[in-house]
Amino acid sequence: MTQVLQEEAKVPGQGAVPEKRNWRKYFSFSTDHKVIGIQYLVTSYFFYLVGGLLAEAVRTELATPEVDFVSRELYNGLFTVHATVMIFLWIVPAATGAFGNYLIPLIIGARDMAFPRLNAVAFWLIPPGGLLLMSSFLVGAPGSGWTSYPPLSLVTDQAGQAIWILSVLILGTSTILGALNFIVTILKMRSPGMTLNKMPLFCWAMLATSALILLSTPVLAGALILLGFDLIVGTAFFNPTGGGDPVVYQHMFWFYSHPAVYIMILPIFGLISEILPVHARKPIFGYRAIAYSSIAISFLGLIVWAHHMFTSGTPPWLRMFFMINTMVIAVPTGIKVFSWLATIWGGKLRLNTAMLFAMGFVSMFVIGGISGVMVSSAPFDLHVHDTYFVVAHLHYVLFGGSVFGIYAGTYHWFPKMTGRMVNETLGRIHFVLTFIGFNLAFLPMHKLGLEGMNRRIAEYDPKFTTLNLVCTIGSYILAVSVIPFLVNMGWSIFNGAKAPSNPWGGLTFEWLTTSPPPPENFEVDPVWTIGLYDYGTEEATEVIKAGPVLAMAAGAET
Amino acid sequence: MNIPSSITTLLIGILLTLVSLWYGQNHGLMPVQASEEAPLIDGLFNFMMTIGTGLFLIVEGVLIYSLIKFRRRPDDDTDGPYIEGNIPLEILWTSIPAVLVLGIAVYSFEVYSNIGGLNPMDHSMAHGHQTHQTAMAMPGSAIAATLADASMADPTTNNQQVAEAATQDPATAAVRDESIPQRKDALSLGVTAPRLGSTPDKQGKLPELVVNVTGLQFAWLFTYPDTGVVAGELHVPVGQEVLLNISANDVIHAFWVPEYRVKQDAIPGKQSELRFTPSKVGEYPIVCAELCGAYHGAMKSKVIAETPADFDAWMESQKLASGDRFDRAVALNSSEKSTDEFLSPFVSSWGVNSSTVQQLQSHQLHSAHVHPFAS
Ligand code: HEM
Ligand SMILES: [Cu+2]
Ligand SMILES: [Cu+2]
Repeated sequence: MTQVLQEEAKVPGQGAVPEKRNWRKYFSFSTDHKVIGIQYLVTSYFFYLVGGLLAEAVRTELATPEVDFVSRELYNGLFTVHATVMIFLWIVPAATGAFGNYLIPLIIGARDMAFPRLNAVAFWLIPPGGLLLMSSFLVGAPGSGWTSYPPLSLVTDQAGQAIWILSVLILGTSTILGALNFIVTILKMRSPGMTLNKMPLFCWAMLATSALILLSTPVLAGALILLGFDLIVGTAFFNPTGGGDPVVYQHMFWFYSHPAVYIMILPIFGLISEILPVHARKPIFGYRAIAYSSIAISFLGLIVWAHHMFTSGTPPWLRMFFMINTMVIAVPTGIKVFSWLATIWGGKLRLNTAMLFAMGFVSMFVIGGISGVMVSSAPFDLHVHDTYFVVAHLHYVLFGGSVFGIYAGTYHWFPKMTGRMVNETLGRIHFVLTFIGFNLAFLPMHKLGLEGMNRRIAEYDPKFTTLNLVCTIGSYILAVSVIPFLVNMGWSIFNGAKAPSNPWGGLTFEWLTTSPPPPENFEVDPVWTIGLYDYGTEEATEVIKAGPVLAMAAGAET
Repeated sequence: MNIPSSITTLLIGILLTLVSLWYGQNHGLMPVQASEEAPLIDGLFNFMMTIGTGLFLIVEGVLIYSLIKFRRRPDDDTDGPYIEGNIPLEILWTSIPAVLVLGIAVYSFEVYSNIGGLNPMDHSMAHGHQTHQTAMAMPGSAIAATLADASMADPTTNNQQVAEAATQDPATAAVRDESIPQRKDALSLGVTAPRLGSTPDKQGKLPELVVNVTGLQFAWLFTYPDTGVVAGELHVPVGQEVLLNISANDVIHAFWVPEYRVKQDAIPGKQSELRFTPSKVGEYPIVCAELCGAYHGAMKSKVIAETPADFDAWMESQKLASGDRFDRAVALNSSEKSTDEFLSPFVSSWGVNSSTVQQLQSHQLHSAHVHPFAS
């Protein structure tokens, strides 16, 4: 028999408790995974705003066909830093760093990460890495794109380029340290009784992500170090003037950077798999299919990099190999999408902001997925590679996918993190503005690319003016959309309604402790009693009703 | 969840299929088709669009339907039904994407083969042979022996030899940056750079026109090895297969003609190739699709597809003009000019005109292959 201990919320932290207001700990070398998670989250949102400002500058330049807002050199710097910030300082730290750190110990019933100090080191590499990257604007920002292909990266803006290399190396190191920690924590620190096949899907996603990070990031580091030698010392690994091969750089770069897109999206898949069942009030559909498809995506993700090089140095037969590998990834991804739909189907949907963003994620990610299969077709990619079609595709995946997912996660766990509820009205305004702005900004780019507009240009053929203007207006709506979000966050932290420990009626472990959780997470070790996704069963209803603080007695028989 | 099997489902299915089929053919997203390759690529795109539209409608349809139908009623605090999975259904929707992807893969493979992706060997040999003949015919050419060796030596003619053949053509050599060595062959089957070979129906035949293309910051130069003509715009006769030998003088560029639906990177130190057959008279933009520096957006030219008669006339006029071209060229000392000054002619004309070519040529000839923008 399971013995269920019900306790009143006597743990400090239920709502406003003075010691929780100690903001200084968020600026210190804290080893509490929850503090680190929030440090990651706030830092990455900061850089998201920076990256967004850069994007607005890019779009403002593109409002007219002529080069009239910034210089050509600055334009190249703007989109290069925009992309670098968005990838290395926003999506990756937010998806893995913030949610991984905040959630993983909580949802597996652990008291902290496996290596708390390593964790803090990983975080504290990010602010200097980010500020370093920003400082490149003082000496001439790197202008060769976030891909930094040589020989171009060796001949323009050398100082900025060197800074870029150093900064990405620092940020990559941070990711590797984080990944090590996730793997050990998930494998070693799960609460007793939580087998791999019972752990939350977010853990599966983070396992797959961390494996990818460990396998691929060092290759990027290798490429960047060699590029740095070419740039600073004058070696010729990639410099054709000295007999080097620029295509080798592309292979090394994409060996990391293709997996990197899964490093960005897999954790979000995990978040969505946690959020949908709670607000649809139904078990996640096809647990194993979703769990194993994460692993399949991670494995396949490692062997498809050359699809970024169909028009570059890829021999003809190799194009076919990479084309077919790439298309195969659509299968595990399709499984996930259909499972999410089946989770929603027939549920009792609570359409709060978190759920809206989660459903928005599914609907927008599908567009990115479809255009992804299209570009994986080598003969078609010969037409659209390096055009706005690709810019549209990648934003549907990274913005419609990752950003919608991060927003969903932020709204979903905000009560847990802060002990306060968000304002749903502001949240819905945020969602509607984001959704409209996003589609206005990026949908027309598909047509622009197919019609012949190439990527990374400050000036374009006047025949593309109208659609570009629509994109720019959409991007302004997107910019406006963060205002209700920021207001909501800022206001709710201090004045939002007090959050109960389990505001959404969730079954994963983090909802079994107070909001926000006490320093060591749980009064007593939580032990598995029912499935984490067993919504719709009587036991689940009871467990949820039994709140507010429900902990399983340590050592209880099961 | 059971697979709904009512009449409505059937009707929705039919409607969905019809809409997808219609939209797949009538999306109007592509520019004109001006090469023989374009209809093939567009056919593939339409096929993917049809499937994509279907999937899009299903997913968005389910989401919107759920949003309305399964919304929680204010007085209802119960949970949804306890359904964890459904193996037949899961197998069904694993196999649907699998089959669709297989279909797309087979179709893509077919199109790739039809635009010549699968005949690289045939291609190189034909090309080596062609250049060989051209070189023999060229006065003062001392390279015939090398070329003969190259085309005889090994049936898997490699990139190095193709590259030498292309770059030793005098007109091309004149515009080429020799400080970049041609790479020796790397791993991979006889080729280090990608190419589209001959299409199946033209297998074993020589391309009807060979043009050497050099990309440099920020212009395209086209040299015609048969005649020694150098131009800043690509003239091609309609209906004849054109082979481009593409190389780059400084950084990576990419040759793209949207109306032809083909693209190929120009990689310094490597030879790459592209074959296509123009099918429509007209002028189409040549776009540089790989970021190549500050003026990447201005690196434009055009392809002028003419009737064979017009093309021949153009070629004759160029041959006459090229006699005194080098003498007339304005010597230009780039180190004394800023990037903007140097490029004003490109930018103002949205492309490269013949006087620019002369300037570039003289620049290439007189300034010892130093790149004005590279430093
Ligand atoms: C306000 C929202 C955003 C706008 C308006 C925007 C706009 C743009 C535009 C116009 C470009 C193309 C630049 C060019 O080719 O010249 C671009 C590139 C890019 N953006 Fe965004 N973006 C936004 C958000 C994001 C987000 C959230 C990500 C997430 C990772 C992202 C990642 C990228 C990447 C990777 C590139 C490729 C840059 C390159 O070609 O090197 N963007 N963005
Ligand atoms: Cu270029
Ligand atoms: Cu370019």
